Amino acid sequence: MRRTLPIAVVTGMGLFMLVQYFIPLEEFETLYEWVLDWTMVIGCFAMLLGLYSLTTMMVTKVKRKAPGWGYSLVALAGLFFMVFVGVVPHYQDSLKYGTLFMDLFEYIYIPIQAAMFSLLAFYIASAAYRAFRARTILATILLLSAIIIMLRLVPLGPLSGINQWLVNFILTVPNMAAKRAFWLGVGLGATATALKIMLGIERGYMGRD
Amino acid sequence: MNFYERMMSLDRRWVYLVIGVVVVMTAIYPFRVPLYITPEARSVYDFVESLTPGEVLMIGVDYAPEVMAELHPMSYAITRQCFSKDIKLLLCCLHQNGPGMVEQVVAQVAEEYGKVNGTDYVYLGYKPYPGITILAMGQNFRIPFPEDYYGTPLDSLPMMRTITNFDNVKAIINISGGSGTEYWINYANGRYNAKLAIGVTGVMTADYYPFLQSGQIFGLIGGMKGASEYEYLAEKGGYISKEKDQLVASKSMPIQTTTHIVIILFIVIGNVGYFMTKGKK
Repeated sequence: MRRTLPIAVVTGMGLFMLVQYFIPLEEFETLYEWVLDWTMVIGCFAMLLGLYSLTTMMVTKVKRKAPGWGYSLVALAGLFFMVFVGVVPHYQDSLKYGTLFMDLFEYIYIPIQAAMFSLLAFYIASAAYRAFRARTILATILLLSAIIIMLRLVPLGPLSGINQWLVNFILTVPNMAAKRAFWLGVGLGATATALKIMLGIERGYMGRD
Repeated sequence: MNFYERMMSLDRRWVYLVIGVVVVMTAIYPFRVPLYITPEARSVYDFVESLTPGEVLMIGVDYAPEVMAELHPMSYAITRQCFSKDIKLLLCCLHQNGPGMVEQVVAQVAEEYGKVNGTDYVYLGYKPYPGITILAMGQNFRIPFPEDYYGTPLDSLPMMRTITNFDNVKAIINISGGSGTEYWINYANGRYNAKLAIGVTGVMTADYYPFLQSGQIFGLIGGMKGASEYEYLAEKGGYISKEKDQLVASKSMPIQTTTHIVIILFIVIGNVGYFMTKGKK
């Protein structure tokens, strides 16, 4: 029963979602909206579970004074302070521009994230210098393509037109062919996985099995 | 270690230092970067331009502050163009760090143009699980968003009286810094046939060309360059102006340009060193 019931639910719901997509009945529409409602409710529980998991992990780390426990303490303080500031006044009022919650977002969170991402420019420059070596023919093709794409931002005078043509060619011919193959592979893989789940072959979602 | 070997193995701190100096110097002494307007960015601008006052455009803002340098200018330019033309905006956010980004854009631009929440624009707010939320919005916006971002029931907002689902918006422009775009393509366009254009970061741009060719998206604004192309068009159209400091991406373009030149130079230096020492090894 512990296995049969979840598989029956998954197979039933999977089949329903598949059938309703192709058969536009009004009853199916109503049922579909009901399923969407339920999915969102279940999703909210998953978020609560995530919050619980994160909090217990951080608290345990702080209690045991594990390496880096100070960071966990800061993360916990940040988490609960933001929740307090956001929820206590009346959460919808706190979401408006100019409130303490939004000021914290604008003056602390935004600069932190922007600074973190800005560092990428330095790492990418260093990595490109080290990695882009024309060691083989394939590496040379990759290197030349990367340089041509990067040069599209550079004013090259009369050569700009030729470079733009090359950029368009790279993006719309070899890049598109490779991406299309990739997306088709992803689509076929997703279909195969969905079928395996619906037929009860793939049971990873049930945990240990 | 000879000269060529040194060219191959520069200490990374030198790379960091040169990049840092170039960024700072370009910020202090900016210059104008000539732009080639790509057809994919122009088609988004032209579509918004073709809308008439009172028509509704939806913008899905799905990005966090880390990519705001590239994507925020797109949101500002499109919002300013729409409000200038009295086009009604329906906004939503499907990224957990995005609600503040939308609020920043909407609060500022609505004030500039004297636009009223609920009448000229509606900000639906944030909901997790983009796939499910988009599917639900395709049925009825009221399923995932019974209230707007500010807690007002959708049914009590004048603008929402005639809007039920994607059928009632002229198009959707998704500005995204992550996988959210795929959900919009798969579900909003794939399932509900909504007209869709996207604005994405520079590194994501190449991923979405197949969807452009297949017609699943009608336009693509790619990275900071795409944003500056849009700003250029919007400036020519008289919707934004340099005097009011509204050309943010265009202002950052010289920095991106010089940084790219430096990176290319480092790659060339490394390869010259590699080829000159190759025979000896």
